[in-house]
Amino acid sequence: MMSETLKKSRAAKFAHRNRVNQLATVLALSAMAFGLFWLFWILIETVRLGIGGLSLDTLALMTPPPNEEGGLANAIYGSTLMVGLATLVGTPIGVMAGIYLAEFDKSGWLANVTRFVNDILLSAPSIVIGLFVYAIAVNPFKTFSAAAGVLALALIVIPVVIRTTENMLQLVPAGLREAAYALGAPKWKVIISITLKAARAGVITGVLLAVARIAGETAPLLFTALSNQFWTSSLGQPMASLPVTIFKFAMSPYENWQKLAWAGVFLITLAVLALNIAARVLTRSKA
Amino acid sequence: MNSTPPSKHARSGPVADRIFGWVAKSCAFLTLGLLIAILTSLTVNAWPAIAKYGFSFLASTVWDPVQEEFGGFVMIYGTLATSVIALVIAVPVSFGIALFLTELSPSWLKRPLGTAIELLAAVPSIVYGMWGLLVFGPVLAQYVQMPLQAAFAGVPYLGMLVSGPPVGIGLLSAGIILAIMIIPFIAAVMRDVFEVTPHLLKESAYGLGATTWEVVSKVVLPYTKTGVIGGIMLGLGRAIGETMAVTFVIGNFNQLDSLSLFQAANSITSALANEFAEAGEGLHQAALMYLGLVLFFITFVILTLSKLLLSQLRKSEGAKT
Repeated sequence: MMSETLKKSRAAKFAHRNRVNQLATVLALSAMAFGLFWLFWILIETVRLGIGGLSLDTLALMTPPPNEEGGLANAIYGSTLMVGLATLVGTPIGVMAGIYLAEFDKSGWLANVTRFVNDILLSAPSIVIGLFVYAIAVNPFKTFSAAAGVLALALIVIPVVIRTTENMLQLVPAGLREAAYALGAPKWKVIISITLKAARAGVITGVLLAVARIAGETAPLLFTALSNQFWTSSLGQPMASLPVTIFKFAMSPYENWQKLAWAGVFLITLAVLALNIAARVLTRSKA
Repeated sequence: MNSTPPSKHARSGPVADRIFGWVAKSCAFLTLGLLIAILTSLTVNAWPAIAKYGFSFLASTVWDPVQEEFGGFVMIYGTLATSVIALVIAVPVSFGIALFLTELSPSWLKRPLGTAIELLAAVPSIVYGMWGLLVFGPVLAQYVQMPLQAAFAGVPYLGMLVSGPPVGIGLLSAGIILAIMIIPFIAAVMRDVFEVTPHLLKESAYGLGATTWEVVSKVVLPYTKTGVIGGIMLGLGRAIGETMAVTFVIGNFNQLDSLSLFQAANSITSALANEFAEAGEGLHQAALMYLGLVLFFITFVILTLSKLLLSQLRKSEGAKT
């Protein structure tokens, strides 16, 4: 009698546990489908509308006035130039700071505070970086300039590179360092030719991810580099960039501008995804 | 044994070492200085507005560049409301994705699916924004808002929540797009922390007959709660500071008369993106700088809180074992 009720309650409990588990499984599956659904929807629309707006003129002609033929040549050039310069400025600073955190001061108060601040900067809203650069590099000179845009982008590169450099250097086995020291190598040489070299793939991955991140950044350029309808290489003048041009064109009511904006979005997405995949391939083959 | 003296190259070590160390240290200092410089310059530039309004700026809903009257409540409300909508959607979905990737997915699917979710995080925000405005917004208006309006017509409160012209902009579309943007961030962190749960613990639970859900909810989740909270905080920080995606779809309209989720509204970031470059020097610019300072302060507090919370939880876990 007693064991009958016990059996029954056990069976009921077991069924209940199974039902809960099945429900959780179904929900997890649908969450996964939900996430992929957006990715595919966004990519498909970007490709469909982007290729529709893309032509040889897009790469060859300047940004047009409303309702006229034109392309994105000056914006693409401006973006490439500013992203390239910002990476050149930001990478060495980020790598050196990462070296400091991983090799010189692993757990001192200065290193801990720097790590903390770096985490904050890593997630800080990029538009605030734009405001800051406006205050220090645009307002004093009374002109928007590509140089200010480069500065803003470089400030976004630095924390990303610091983080990956430090993490990658920490993965280098201590034995490698000790072996080099035992051979009499000075510290700077150990770092440059042993640890940094061993962590090379990871550091390059960090730089690639930083480039991918700033390639699509719009907010920090809005009030630093602004935009420019014409081709310019001068760092002292406003310079067009792909993201800012897309923003301007997409919000406009003109059909040809919206078409160009889709072409621009397609190009940026392509570049950013390619950089991300390259970064992944690089770490996978090395790891 | 032939003992050649160390080469000159090696002996020059100490000086080069000192220079190298000094350069590395100053680069690290630069990062520290950057945070202080950002705070200082924002405060200095916002000072005219801070001096005039003080903290009442945060509660005032007036934003009138012509009359030079400024208050930030509408934007701050917009920023917080969109972020909360985003979190409400993103947290359960991210948890489901992480659960699927760590416990349910066949191993050959894990890598491609994980990569796909990470790519979702890499798509630049301007792409989300443009897609949201031109593709998603109209769909949302036609298939969600209009049916809801029809269903809730005349119902108090609920009817008000869905009122507004069906053009697909406003707090809800901004919140949904933010959710899509932060799902990969939260999911990736959750997946990574789920994977550090020791196999021994999980297998013991499975061995006792626990179902997958019981293993996740009673073993994995308690073990990894620090990381889970960290991931959610990271997503929240992203959502609050996100600019372009929100600017496209929120409508950039300063109003609080209608609490409708489908009415054009404004957020801190969208106000900055739309108005700052055109703002005249003086109080308008200072007020926008003040908003930027508030935004930075909010993200700073959230990130600091999450870090403190995490280290606290980690400490208590260390004490238990």
